[in-house]
Amino acid sequence: MNGVMSFFRVTGGLVSLLMETLYWCKSVFKNTDKITDQLLVIGYQTLPVGALIALFSGGVLALQAGPTLAQFGIEENVGGLVGLSLVKEIGPVMAAILVAGRVGSAMAAELASMSVYEEIDALKTMDINPLRYLVMPRFIATVLALPVLVIYMDVIGWFGGAIVAAVNPDVHLSFTVYYRNLSELVDFTAFVNGLIKAAVFGVIISIVCCYVGLKTKGGPREIGTSVTKAVVLSFVLVLVFDYYVTRILLFLNID
Amino acid sequence: MAEQEGIRRENGGNGGLGAAGREGNHAGNVLLGYLKSAPVGVNISGLTKSFGQNRVLKGVDLGIEPGETVVILGKSGTGKSVLLRHIIGLERPDGGSILIGGEPVEYDAPGKGEHVVAMVFQSSALFNSLTVADNVGLYLKEHKVFKDDGKVRQIVSSALEIVGLSEKEDVMPSVLSGGMKRRVATARALVMNPDLLLFDEPTAGLDPMMTRTIGDLILDLKQKVEMTQIVVTHDIDLAFYVADRIAVLSEGRIIEFGPPEQIRDCAKHAVQEFITPQFGENRR
Repeated sequence: MNGVMSFFRVTGGLVSLLMETLYWCKSVFKNTDKITDQLLVIGYQTLPVGALIALFSGGVLALQAGPTLAQFGIEENVGGLVGLSLVKEIGPVMAAILVAGRVGSAMAAELASMSVYEEIDALKTMDINPLRYLVMPRFIATVLALPVLVIYMDVIGWFGGAIVAAVNPDVHLSFTVYYRNLSELVDFTAFVNGLIKAAVFGVIISIVCCYVGLKTKGGPREIGTSVTKAVVLSFVLVLVFDYYVTRILLFLNID
Repeated sequence: MAEQEGIRRENGGNGGLGAAGREGNHAGNVLLGYLKSAPVGVNISGLTKSFGQNRVLKGVDLGIEPGETVVILGKSGTGKSVLLRHIIGLERPDGGSILIGGEPVEYDAPGKGEHVVAMVFQSSALFNSLTVADNVGLYLKEHKVFKDDGKVRQIVSSALEIVGLSEKEDVMPSVLSGGMKRRVATARALVMNPDLLLFDEPTAGLDPMMTRTIGDLILDLKQKVEMTQIVVTHDIDLAFYVADRIAVLSEGRIIEFGPPEQIRDCAKHAVQEFITPQFGENRR
């Protein structure tokens, strides 16, 4: 019974926080400095590790798929397979998991620490709305940064796939053939598909991590617990929503 | 009296509004000119609050006059901080009422009430991502109190000078000591130009020197700005040093309320039980 109550309380809290944050988006142009700061943390500082992950993810896709396709004599389709997989599914999910682990955890830790050490209360007493001051900039920055990060990781992932397809003796596909096949199969709607998913994941990660952080009570021990809770909940919701968003996009023919 | 109780006020001491004012310090005067406090009275009646099964406040009644410094004294866990959080609107009571300057407290939106109420938190609650100056100027910037950023900087510098930390403007709070953080938090509260200023355990964890500095600051604010102040503490020395009146909170109720002499001479067992061990028989 407690689990059920807790589920509804958390769900209600997340929806309520999302609605209030959307309301405070009216102040977006007055808070561009805070949003820029968050964009630097969420986007810019994630680029090196994002590149590394994308390069190897694209590479492993080509490594797995290439020899199998070669057995059937259709190895020239490696480019399309890697390209589509990254753009529609692996890119957005990979970027979301990276951002949740790297940025979401920091977000939850910072807000949890602010809650525990009365900084959120201090903001309230100064008539500064914590959602406007803390949550909205993180929300906007995550929703903007994640799709850009996905495009960046897609491009690097394709390159990783191209290298492996070229150097793997079982496939041995030239860059030209690889990228020609990729460009034939990856169209604009596939891109839009991935970007919509990325934006939805951005909403999930920012709202979940801010919610868990703001709800933290107790001491330093609870800050650690909140970070774990925020990251795990983000991962789970990203994967669950990935399924439903895919279903909706298929229904809307954005595939 | 102050000397008797271990805190001696030194007029030329480091920090303190009086120090800046007496030395004719220009920066100090900028803030004094800006502070236009309209001290308010506080009326608390029948305040009750429970957290689960734990009844923390069991009907608190307290009347505080405008411009008065009242110290709420009591053992740890008696609900002093909870009472303070109700006054500023961070907690909603189960029963009873709080009027500040005749207006009810805004529980859903602390900081939006008719009168400006500022609080110096026990943890100082400074924002670690902002410099000391940015912490102090946050309220002014976010509410666009001044169009001119130069004026904000002037007020911030003045507030930091008053608390004796003018050389710390550009440092991050993480490198400050506990006492310095408490003083920065006081400067941050001052620039809000409050009608009512609340201190939650302002000397907790501080050494005697810093305790004296904080005590001086509270006294100076009372004298120069005539601000209503409520200080929650379990530090007997500080309480008797700064208070116009002292309220002793025990078991969720105010058991004695009056001038320091009345509290010292109170025969109630619960009052003496708390005061005597800290005061020492030789001091009474």
